[in-house]
Amino acid sequence: MDAFLTSRNVSDVLVGLHFGVVIGLVALSLVMIWRATHILNFAQGAMAMFSAYVGMSLLSYNVGYWWCVVVAVIAGLAFGGVTERVLVRRLYGKPEINPIVVMVGFLALLEAIASAVWGMSGRAVPLPFSFVDWQLNGQTIAISPNGLYQIVAALVVAILVVVLFRYTNLGLQLRAAAVAPEVSRLLGVRVSRMLTLGWILSSGVGAVAAVIVASNFGPGLTPTLMDAPFAIAFIAAAVGGLESPWGALVAGVAFGIMQQFVIDYLNSDYVFLIALGALVVVLMIRPQGLFTKSVSRRV
Amino acid sequence: MIRVTGLSVSYGAVHALRDVSFEAATGSVTAVIGANGAGKTTLLRAISALVRPTAGEIDLDGTRLVGKSTENIARLGVGHVPEGRGVIEEFTIEENLRLGALHGNESFSVGLADQFELFPVLEERRKQHAGTLSGGERQMLAMARALIARPSVLLLDEPSLGLAPLVTAELMKTIKELCETRKLTVILVEQNAMSALRVSEHAVVLHLGRVAADDRSEVVANDENLRHYYLGMAE
Repeated sequence: MDAFLTSRNVSDVLVGLHFGVVIGLVALSLVMIWRATHILNFAQGAMAMFSAYVGMSLLSYNVGYWWCVVVAVIAGLAFGGVTERVLVRRLYGKPEINPIVVMVGFLALLEAIASAVWGMSGRAVPLPFSFVDWQLNGQTIAISPNGLYQIVAALVVAILVVVLFRYTNLGLQLRAAAVAPEVSRLLGVRVSRMLTLGWILSSGVGAVAAVIVASNFGPGLTPTLMDAPFAIAFIAAAVGGLESPWGALVAGVAFGIMQQFVIDYLNSDYVFLIALGALVVVLMIRPQGLFTKSVSRRV
Repeated sequence: MIRVTGLSVSYGAVHALRDVSFEAATGSVTAVIGANGAGKTTLLRAISALVRPTAGEIDLDGTRLVGKSTENIARLGVGHVPEGRGVIEEFTIEENLRLGALHGNESFSVGLADQFELFPVLEERRKQHAGTLSGGERQMLAMARALIARPSVLLLDEPSLGLAPLVTAELMKTIKELCETRKLTVILVEQNAMSALRVSEHAVVLHLGRVAADDRSEVVANDENLRHYYLGMAE
């Protein structure tokens, strides 16, 4: 057992899982927005980064880590709502290229503002738990208390989101507003409010992901913090199927683990090559993604 | 009671409804009949505020509906079963019904039992996706989803479309019973004029967006001219 837990492959799985849950969380937040409003939010990662900065900038005023996390998540929720009401609302019903251009522009704008306000060099974020890997009989298991915290936090948020969508009346209305807006309105569902709420929740989930990425051993929080996780999450969401929250999560975790194996056995330069290769293969065989049940959709 | 006064609706330069007035009495079925393009569906969509009238008033038991949102009109007790049925295919039958009950006047469990009694086939298949239902079953689900909210008004848009005559007859019987037992006000839009006239007390004949006739159903059914010119029915 000891040898198993400390073996090279299990270490790769553990390290990959650590990255994968964050990818899964970002992919999940992308799917939430896609399902609610049929917009691919290219600024998802940047919005999450921005929210994390808002929370973590309080560290300078001696506010504790956990309060900063709470503020970051609240900032994320609020940011999502404001973005939907002010920016995204004008894009509904427009040609598909419009939201893409606007959201890519928004991504660039947010990163530029973050660089101007907080600087490019990054801000250190304290690690809430020890980052020293656990030992077992003198051997290292490739996971630390901090890593475990990150995995558990991401999974708890992801499960809460899935439970909300699947088992609550609010989730039922969120889903209904997304797939059948007119019928939903005829049944008394306040569709416009549901779309805003979809953005609020998704952006909050993104903020959690950014906080987790920033609470890592490394440069901490930088304006481009979420670029790489977002790119992989985007691919994972497409592979898992943009309509499927579970698919996004599972594909995200799988990509994280795959990435670690690629880094370990090959070279980190191959990560995007293999991720994009997987995307091409999956989309050729199943254009709707691996976990999406139906392709057809009335808009 | 629903009172429509001087209602006009335009889609750009096309006048879909012009100066339409009629009343639908509480506890009765009012049929709205007429050829394709007469404005029947537009009339129901205007009542539910899915289209905005250019003129006119719609009044539900003293409450003005024009200017209210679709959601609020639904919450006032106006159930609308749209053309093409509008069941949410990716939802299970139970989820469709749960959505219908959310903003209604009755608890979900009581409403669900009621609907399963009316439409037993829905109970057998409650956990299945609505996309797996046949045309007739979808119609039943759409009706049940509207009824579970205990509406005071039910707007039915072509409920017989694509259904076997026997199923249609069964459905019409159910509608009729609900009018009597629940004091439901029904506005029934139908292309199949004969079956609509049979089930209704009152009929409004629309022709090119105008009211061509507004009378008791048996009078409309027996009027040679109406049948010939507006309803396209031969002898």
